[in-house]
Amino acid sequence: MTQTTTAPSVSAVAASPAMPSTLRLGLSQAAAENRTFFRRRDAMIFTFSFPIILLVIFGSIFSSTVEGTGLTVSQLYVAGLIGSATMTGFQNLGIGIALNRDDGTLKRLAGTPLPPAAYFMGKALNTLLVSFVQVVILLVIGVALFDLDLPSAASDWLTFTWVFVLGVLGSSLLGIAVSSLPRSGSSASAVIAMPFVVLQFISGVFIPARELPEWLSQIAAIFPLKWMCQGFRAVFLGEDGATLEPTNSYELGRVALILGAWVIGGLVLCLTTFRWKSRNDG
Amino acid sequence: MTTAVKVRGLTKRYGDVQAVGGIDLDIDAGEVFAILGPNGAGKSTTVEILEGYRRRDAGEVSVLGTDPGRPTREWRSRVGIVLQSTGDAGEMTVRETVRHFAGYYPRAQDPDEVIERVGLAEKAGRRVGELSGGQRRRVDVALGVIGSPELLFLDEPTTGFDPEARRRFWELIQGLAHEGTTIVLTTHYLDEVEALADRVAVIARGRIVAEGEPSTLGGRATAQATVRWAGGSVETGTPTRTVMELTRRFDGEIPELTVTRPSLEDVYLGLIGS
Ligand SMILES: Nc1ncnc2c1ncn2[C@@H]1O[C@H](COP(=O)(O)OP(=O)(O)OP(=O)(O)O)[C@@H](O)[C@H]1O
Ligand SMILES: [Mg+2]
Repeated sequence: MTQTTTAPSVSAVAASPAMPSTLRLGLSQAAAENRTFFRRRDAMIFTFSFPIILLVIFGSIFSSTVEGTGLTVSQLYVAGLIGSATMTGFQNLGIGIALNRDDGTLKRLAGTPLPPAAYFMGKALNTLLVSFVQVVILLVIGVALFDLDLPSAASDWLTFTWVFVLGVLGSSLLGIAVSSLPRSGSSASAVIAMPFVVLQFISGVFIPARELPEWLSQIAAIFPLKWMCQGFRAVFLGEDGATLEPTNSYELGRVALILGAWVIGGLVLCLTTFRWKSRNDG
Repeated sequence: MTTAVKVRGLTKRYGDVQAVGGIDLDIDAGEVFAILGPNGAGKSTTVEILEGYRRRDAGEVSVLGTDPGRPTREWRSRVGIVLQSTGDAGEMTVRETVRHFAGYYPRAQDPDEVIERVGLAEKAGRRVGELSGGQRRRVDVALGVIGSPELLFLDEPTTGFDPEARRRFWELIQGLAHEGTTIVLTTHYLDEVEALADRVAVIARGRIVAEGEPSTLGGRATAQATVRWAGGSVETGTPTRTVMELTRRFDGEIPELTVTRPSLEDVYLGLIGS
């Protein structure tokens, strides 16, 4: 059998224009994701109103003050729900990508030269925007209805920024990674929503960390949500609230370390385990 | 002549289903190659292995000089793919979608030109999710060709097309072939094969049962012709002589005379054994 020559195409390649950069493609993916998100009106309205409704309900039921501090329970909820809004990427991406894997969207992308990293970047940047809008809405309502005081110190806003950005990136990457777990798109919402709800209960979103049994706190400490909430309490409850923490401190150093580790670990997990195809697709 | 696709001894099983049972293929650069076969014959499995989507159990495969089991970005940019099924109904418009995909490729075509070529110019501003099934299929084709591929795979591309759209699609494929694009398409339409393909392989139960030019497939060109007239018919290798004899017998016009050779469809149905 004669060896076929591929020389012409090889030389054609050498002279061909460069591949679009991953960064540029990531930004273009993000623009497309954002456009799609804002055009899906019903999903958008529910995404933005869900934390508001939770805040209004919890804030109205628990309007007492926390003894020993100058804080109200509703202020605790604002901080907790900001943490949970920062983590919504986990659920949205986990379910959304599992559905896209089933309906062939991902398979089509896999046949193009789009690098997976650019796809992840588009999802993460879109989540950053969506979570940011959610947090802004929560802050506005917190200030208007529940006596939330916005911090004035620049250092608090700096803390807010890194907790938010690391939190969103870590939970987005984790969401992308868990999207591979459900066997099919139709089982995704059950598989992914359950752990997210549990995580919210054990991470101090609805129930103060102090009131949880030790073993539950230890489980929560593995995941990023507890640390995100802790970081946001540092920003929005200030020194008054530190006495409510089990260790009497917000431990910002550990927060940074663990959230950073989740970003790196999440990225590694995505790059090594991500599947473009559904399980039963050959 | 360089080889675009070369396959030797390709096999693939799903559990107890032998989907591909030992296939050899040589497709030259610039060729339009059709793969024909009944439902479940193994066409999509074969094509998706060539596209780098599915793993093969055994065999050697080279597509544009690369093993599709280890696809690179650079290789992906030279291969265009239209899958058999694509279900996503996007919120983006046709033009936005085609433009967005154009950005993936180093040598993309002009998006508006591609939209025009697949006959969607009037729908360019519509959301993909609002299109009809056949129109959506044309978006699939547009996204397959947007990157100026050297090799284009099309898995049943014209399913759901109306006759005019099909003609337009044929023109698009003929144009691409003229520009030197290698085309591998699967189809169930024999007229499509006759209109487009330089060569065709018929697959049944995971094996190639015949391969050749559409006009000579399965000995079609040299097969016996059937001469029919009112009151009789014969199969013969020399139909002209038969007709001359009949002319004499009827002393002029032969009532209801037809001379036929097996159509591609006759040959095909014979090959796949139904
Ligand atoms: N992902 C899969 N898992 C299990 N079996 C499969 C899978 N894909 C295909 N098969 C089986 O392999 C065989 C070949 O399927 P394939 O899709 O390649 O056929 P095809 O020739 O493309 O058919 P069609 O004309 O209907 O598209 C069939 O028997 C099918 O049931
Ligand atoms: Mg098929």
